Amino acid sequence: MAAVEKPGVDYLRPRTWQDAVALKTENPAAVPINGGTDLMVDLNFARSRPPTLLDLSHLDELRRWEKSNGTVELGAGVTYTDVLEHLGSDLPALALASRTVGSPQIRNRGTIAGNLATASPAGDAHPPLLATGATVRVESMRGIRDVPIGRFFTGPKRNVLEPDELIRSVLVPSARGPQQFSKVGTRNAMVIAVVSFALAFDVPSRHVGTGIGSAAPTPIEAADAAAYLDRELAREGYWEDHRELSAGVVDGFADRVAAASRPIDDVRGPAGYRVHALRVMARRTLRWAWSALATDGIHAH
Amino acid sequence: MRARQQLDTKVRDRTTHVRGVGTSPPRPDAPLKVLGRFAYASDLEIDGMLWGATVRSPHPRARISGIDISQALAIRGVATVLTAEDVPGHRFYGIKVADQPVLATHEVRYVGEPVAIVAADHPETARRAIEAVRVDYEVRAPMTDPEEALSGAGDLIDPGGNVARHVRIRHGDVSSARSRAEVVVRGEYASGVQDPAFLGPEAGLAVPDGSGGVDLYVAAQWIHDDRRQVAAALGLDPSRVRLTLSGVGGAFGGREDLSVHIHACMLALRIGRPVKMTYNREESFVGHVHRHPSRIRVELGARRDGTLVYSKVRLLLDGGAYTSTSRIVIANASYFAAGAYKVDHVEIDGYAVYTNNPPRGAMRGFGAVQACYAIESAMDSLAGELDMDPVELRICNAIQEGDLLPTGQGVDGPTPTRELLEHLRRLPLPSDRLVAGEDLRRLPGGVGNTTHGEAVVRGVGYALGMKAIGFSGGVDDISTARVSVSVAGGRPVAEVYSAASECGQGIVAVQAQIVRTELGIDSVTVRPADTDIGDAGSSAASRQTWMTGGAVEGACHGVRELILERAARRLGRSQGDLVLTPRGIMTPGEGEALLHLADLLCHDTIEHTFVYHHRPTEPIDDVRGQGDAHIAFAYAAHRAVVDVDTELGLVRVVELATAQDVGKAMNPQAVEGQIEGGSAQGLGLALLEEVQVEDGFVKNASFTDYLIPTILDMPPMDVRLFEFPHPDSPYGLNGVGEPPTLSSTPAIVNALRDATGLDLPRVPVRPTDLIASLHGDGSPGG
Ligand SMILES: Cc1cc2nc3c(=O)[nH]c(=O)nc-3n(C[C@H](O)[C@H](O)[C@H](O)COP(=O)(O)OP(=O)(O)OC[C@H]3O[C@@H](n4cnc5c(N)ncnc54)[C@H](O)[C@@H]3O)c2cc1C
Repeated sequence: MAAVEKPGVDYLRPRTWQDAVALKTENPAAVPINGGTDLMVDLNFARSRPPTLLDLSHLDELRRWEKSNGTVELGAGVTYTDVLEHLGSDLPALALASRTVGSPQIRNRGTIAGNLATASPAGDAHPPLLATGATVRVESMRGIRDVPIGRFFTGPKRNVLEPDELIRSVLVPSARGPQQFSKVGTRNAMVIAVVSFALAFDVPSRHVGTGIGSAAPTPIEAADAAAYLDRELAREGYWEDHRELSAGVVDGFADRVAAASRPIDDVRGPAGYRVHALRVMARRTLRWAWSALATDGIHAH
Repeated sequence: MRARQQLDTKVRDRTTHVRGVGTSPPRPDAPLKVLGRFAYASDLEIDGMLWGATVRSPHPRARISGIDISQALAIRGVATVLTAEDVPGHRFYGIKVADQPVLATHEVRYVGEPVAIVAADHPETARRAIEAVRVDYEVRAPMTDPEEALSGAGDLIDPGGNVARHVRIRHGDVSSARSRAEVVVRGEYASGVQDPAFLGPEAGLAVPDGSGGVDLYVAAQWIHDDRRQVAAALGLDPSRVRLTLSGVGGAFGGREDLSVHIHACMLALRIGRPVKMTYNREESFVGHVHRHPSRIRVELGARRDGTLVYSKVRLLLDGGAYTSTSRIVIANASYFAAGAYKVDHVEIDGYAVYTNNPPRGAMRGFGAVQACYAIESAMDSLAGELDMDPVELRICNAIQEGDLLPTGQGVDGPTPTRELLEHLRRLPLPSDRLVAGEDLRRLPGGVGNTTHGEAVVRGVGYALGMKAIGFSGGVDDISTARVSVSVAGGRPVAEVYSAASECGQGIVAVQAQIVRTELGIDSVTVRPADTDIGDAGSSAASRQTWMTGGAVEGACHGVRELILERAARRLGRSQGDLVLTPRGIMTPGEGEALLHLADLLCHDTIEHTFVYHHRPTEPIDDVRGQGDAHIAFAYAAHRAVVDVDTELGLVRVVELATAQDVGKAMNPQAVEGQIEGGSAQGLGLALLEEVQVEDGFVKNASFTDYLIPTILDMPPMDVRLFEFPHPDSPYGLNGVGEPPTLSSTPAIVNALRDATGLDLPRVPVRPTDLIASLHGDGSPGG
């Protein structure tokens, strides 16, 4: 009954990551706050009234990244600005996506982990993480578990995190080939994606990865399209002479990307437009990435 | 002749102060605003204050069968919950027509309509309390289609009928002129709902004075009219209700209607403690009026050589649930529905109707925006039909001084329509070569990285706009200012006092500039605006610098007379031989000051209050819409250059050039600010800004989904100010705030049409509208 509730919020400020993990087990209803760029909006609109906040924003140990064995491990405190300023060559698609996020202020505060935990179908980090086959590392008092990005999202704004779990880091393979990210918004900056698409070539394995945003209940891969492209490039000998891709191959890929989507009509745009735009973006990003690959030489990576 | 002489003495005594009229001294509010330290109304606080909140209708149309406040009252910290029965005075209010319930009585007409108000010790408690107020609604089917409302088919929303006003203008004889037209074009153009999108939400603080009266600190555009309405609702004499203007975070017309005013005062008076109210962003979208969405049918007849023969326009504005300013918005839209052109035969029918959509009212441009978009679109369509250059078509029909408006009024004052267009036409076009590796920010889609030049086409478009400045139609509009001069620290200082509302446009700075120019006094303080002085009128209709500028100038002249009178007595000279200069009191031509102002005044204060009136006007008649309704006209033109990605429907406005006659740039930087801001708002209407309303529900009440242009959406602007002095105004100035919002929108849409060849009958133009393959039936609806 409303009469007995008090309007305040409890605020927990752990001193270390280990304390944070322990506090989360003790207070499973506590809501983590990092950059606050999603959470504070929800609080202001009274969309959520968490009883307890668990502040992670000051934990320097989370604001780190580490490169080892061809993988970059991004701590849960790593911001878009960090990615843009320091990781552009290792994680080009994620950097391109980071550049489209909000404004400088939002990029300075907002974290990749926060984006993942919010699990919006429109989150801009998601398509690049899908295309590059990233892994989300989560932790609780029960231990650490690694969740492949493709299994992380379970529905619109839902993910696999258990009430006692926190995101500790994200492991992203370093680029071994050209990557692209493209995002349609109705404004030229500071805009939630109407639809987005990421593509990453892994040259040594001759594989392309894909990620689609804002065109299904969760961010998704276009697995069919990727398999088609892998097959066609191999079969037609494109990897041998890296000639320009035929319109047939490009369209075949783009049609399959579009077919993978399951968009809805909403205030940001109609479903039909999203499918159409996805096809166009898939076509364009594939051409850009392939021509970069052809220019740089296949063995450059 | 007499007027001429008066002007000469005025000019003779003016000083050329380095921070006077025509200069751009730093604005007192600017550093604070940039640093985030400016106190907006939402920052107000006082010891012991409570927080107010509003229970709003969740239905576009319903009968209220009961309200139960007991559960809300039971919440600890809740001080009071008030409903319509608690309104002490008039239960209805309105800026023009008192038809809007202070709190809904037996019915609600739109989603968001206030039904009850609460006060509590904490904003969160207040928020919980409004959720605990139980209102029983009998939901009814809403009427949200303005055509249906106009047809009279559905049932009545307003007891007086669903048409808020029909404006009928007849000029010449269209039916006989039709046969003389060699080329005819017809089009229907629609515009969506634009929000003023001010960043500072509605906010105010009401403080009871302990003897039944109240002080209200509030963000507003016109505190005197607000006071009139508040006092009536409170059942108090206006003298017992005092308003003080608080920091206004933008207005654009959206603060002409009341928001928190009456509610905060009711709560404060009921519980005898100060009450603060601030709307949150979502609430703000229904807590203020929007620009009327429009459907405008235009038929233009012309000769082969391009001369316009007739124009027939039907306008339909959806006014939403209550009247607000709809009756004068539709008048203003209708006055200028034939554009800035000379047309001898004109038939205009303008309708504003009631629906169950949120109320629409004043917004920068005030109806002329929608009309300009429609007529300027039709002009490009006509140019296409004639195979004529669209600028040439405009120039050959552009209205000139002495030409008659459709309302029969002769256009007077500077009318540089051709100069504006000629200037824009002569400007070199930006380079259209895309270079490899182009900065993404210069491409459609921006950093979204959607194109590297693929499918990008360029277009160029022009538009010309015209609107009346100040209040039209027989209103005796006034502004009041008091200027006082005294001595502080051995130097003369001046204070200027008016109720003019600073909404960000710069009226505070301009008032000080005028005093410096008129009296040569460097140190000028502008007092906060409140209702203890006389009315200054609204910061609306591009009128405030003209009206309050006139009042301040008049007050300065009064003060100067008093000073010279005193000096003449002291010096034993004739007053006519003396002038007031920054160095002191002198005789013209002599180098030495006879007397320093500080010595003359000693401990005295000399002050004068002046009430400025503009020239009289008259309302238009009901039958043919004829009358000399306007005090002045202002003109602006834009040229837009756009790049369109025709596959994705994304746009980059490459350049927006504009030319505007401002009469006199009182503060050139502020004038440019108005022009850039107004143009940005026009760009927003062209490409982005739309409150999406479905069956009466606002779908995008946030700045996440109601998109206004960012710095990356606004191109560099080439702004050319023309300064043709206006004969009737202080310093020859003309109103500058609204004209840029008129022509910017159609210039951009005409550029999009030029780029794509599409009709684009509706703004904002959405990505889907720009993709030929996705293009629907081309109808302007929805
Ligand atoms: C003006 C504005 C513009 C924006 N533009 C974009 C945009 O262009 N693209 C985009 O994708 N997003 C955008 N956002 C949304 C937001 O900035 C991003 O989603 C950002 O990545 C969120 O990160 P954060 O650190 O601020 O998260 P927070 O708000 O701190 O948290 C978000 C959610 O994640 C949870 N959380 C945080 N850290 C952890 C953790 N370590 N473990 C488990 N759960 C955790 C929180 O409990 C919360 O539910 C924008 C937001 C604003 C306000």
